[in-house]
Amino acid sequence: MIKPEIKDFIQNKETIIIKGNVATAYAAKSARVQVISAYPITPQTTVVEKLSEFADGGQMPGTQYIKVESEHSVMASIIGASMAGTRTFTATSGQGLFYMYEMVHWAAGTRLPIVTAIISRGTAPPWNIWADFSDLISCRDTGWMSSFCATHQEIYDEILMSYKVCEDYDVLLPKFVAYGGFILSHTSKPVIIEDQDKVDAFLPPLPDEKGWPHIWISEKRPIMHGNLIMPSGFYSEFRMKIHVAMLEAKKKIKTVTKEFEKVFGRNYGNGLIQEYKMEGAKVAMLIYGDLALQMEEAVDQVREEGYKVGMVKLRHFRPFPVEDIRDIAKKVKILGVVDRAIAFGSQTGGPISCEVKTALHDTQGTAKVIPMMNGIGGRQVTLEQQKNQLKTLIKFHETGELPKDMIFGTYWDGLLEVD
Amino acid sequence: MGWIIGGRLKLVSLKEVMEDEIASQEWFLPGNSCCAGCGLEIALRWAIKAIGPKVAMITPASCLNVVIGLWPKTAPNFPQFNMAFAAGAATGTGVDAAFKAKAYRFPGKGWEEMTSLVFAGDGGTTDIGIQGLSGAAERNSNILYVCYDNEAYMNTGIQRSSSTPHGAITTTTPFGKVRYKKNVPRIMEAHEIPYVATASISHPLDIYDKIKKAKSIEGCKYIQIMAPCAPGWGYPSEDTIEIARLAVKTGSWILYEVENGIKTLSKPSKPLLDPSKRTPIIEYLSKQKRFASISEKTLIEIQDVIDHQWEVISAELRCQTDYLK
Repeated sequence: MIKPEIKDFIQNKETIIIKGNVATAYAAKSARVQVISAYPITPQTTVVEKLSEFADGGQMPGTQYIKVESEHSVMASIIGASMAGTRTFTATSGQGLFYMYEMVHWAAGTRLPIVTAIISRGTAPPWNIWADFSDLISCRDTGWMSSFCATHQEIYDEILMSYKVCEDYDVLLPKFVAYGGFILSHTSKPVIIEDQDKVDAFLPPLPDEKGWPHIWISEKRPIMHGNLIMPSGFYSEFRMKIHVAMLEAKKKIKTVTKEFEKVFGRNYGNGLIQEYKMEGAKVAMLIYGDLALQMEEAVDQVREEGYKVGMVKLRHFRPFPVEDIRDIAKKVKILGVVDRAIAFGSQTGGPISCEVKTALHDTQGTAKVIPMMNGIGGRQVTLEQQKNQLKTLIKFHETGELPKDMIFGTYWDGLLEVD
Repeated sequence: MGWIIGGRLKLVSLKEVMEDEIASQEWFLPGNSCCAGCGLEIALRWAIKAIGPKVAMITPASCLNVVIGLWPKTAPNFPQFNMAFAAGAATGTGVDAAFKAKAYRFPGKGWEEMTSLVFAGDGGTTDIGIQGLSGAAERNSNILYVCYDNEAYMNTGIQRSSSTPHGAITTTTPFGKVRYKKNVPRIMEAHEIPYVATASISHPLDIYDKIKKAKSIEGCKYIQIMAPCAPGWGYPSEDTIEIARLAVKTGSWILYEVENGIKTLSKPSKPLLDPSKRTPIIEYLSKQKRFASISEKTLIEIQDVIDHQWEVISAELRCQTDYLK
């Protein structure tokens, strides 16, 4: 069945059928990034390949593409380029993100609006290159904003929106735009690549020669950055400001998402979350990344069977949409949370489950949260499974019964039998 | 004058430096928190005189992160950024890429004239930073990479680095280092970058000259400056210049430059091709507490290694002369 919006895509003349990773490269091109630095890693590789084609083939005039020798150097060079006041881009996956982890903190501490695509994959050992968000989640407390994409088009759109949010002088924070390895990165779908003039109007090239308001390079007014600071200095305050700026960025994310819809006609909820068929739903599933797309289908089919279920797509992990989650939890009785990453040792489910439970901790009369776990290391999650997940919630709602094989309070779906 | 003019080197005269509008000014300002007799301070002071303020200096973790001053006070009167330990060369590459991107976007605004300078210690260069440095060299990134070599991790309390010489006591080699100093200038030569040089703070005009030359070259430039450390090496702080000079005079630290693959001995080191002109290494070692415990056998070994490295370099120069004919 071709969904109506896909029909529209096919009819649009700017539509091309491309892989998710190619959409990422197109987004960087449309955003007129000035400096790219990258190191290949599966499943990110096709991003850097396409960008090489663009940059070295003269399709991105003036853009510098540094092909460095490691991910640590990727983020270091991106930080250097961003400090000097340019729009920068890179992409990485799993182990690569871990290798650049030191510099990830540095980027946020320097308050640089770097946008980085994370093509999420499982963490070794054993080697795993398939969709799993444990890489992104491990960067929770780095000071980076982060969001998930569910479709090819959303990758392109989210990267454009992210630059606009990050570069706002009240935000000035870096951001990860994440999507599942192979599932989105290596499959092809129709994607609208917007007209450059239209993108330029939405996201103008950096206007200020100097760079950002807080960091610049000038012989006339030299500054230092990152000097040693004593505990009695402003260190605590710098960190607090990152925290506050990220929470304040929720407003900016919402306005940019609205503006994006106005200009390009594509809706992403309020930017932080996107509801799907929540009308009259007493049972809902909170889900993120590519699995959300298939879950829409599952919701449709379960609804056809007569159950009022709904779905909430989590778009941002940081800043976390606490208010929106609370509103949802007031409307429904049961809220399932599907994670594709493990929070080892946590007894309140996966990382997003923990967040949801924390957000609802002090609220009264809100939904019961059921943590669920699936698709770890790219394990396939079928439509049938997702329908069963929804039905598990329905059964709990109707009878108060939970599956007997829950592991420390989490429903793990699709596990093989082990001793 | 607070500095001593180096040996017989007279490529650029002190008078010329003092008459130069940029070089006559101080860019690394007083009020920094360097130790008395700090070698690094002299190296940086002269490097910036040669480069001028149209620069962005990247400083990976080292003494330099601290001696520039505690936030919000700072001694460099030019743009300066502290960086993570392993990130020097890559950050410098990114800064240069931004200069190029900005020169394209805002032509004629002076971005073309900017220098991306990395000023790193020996730990940040020869150990943790060598991967990034090798990457930058292989890419021939347009950076000027200066390693000030004080032969150990001085900032963290004198632990051994791969640049620490054989026999030297550090807090992690309490009985003297077994292995020899890593020859990073040679490693950089092997990358076939347009400019590699060694220098010493005992010869500041030589530093000035080499930095000036490096600045004018497009591509990856590497200069390693011997910068003794009074507390780390164990000598009176007023002897810094003398110790650095002895490193050159004994031939243990050879001053040379390699421009587009052509190696030239610098004036202070040239006479030492003749072994009889070399001051015995004992005179250098005996002035430093870090070598207090070396045995006679080790002393002979060290002298042998120095003589051997001279044999290698003179053979290399002979080959080069024949080849150039």
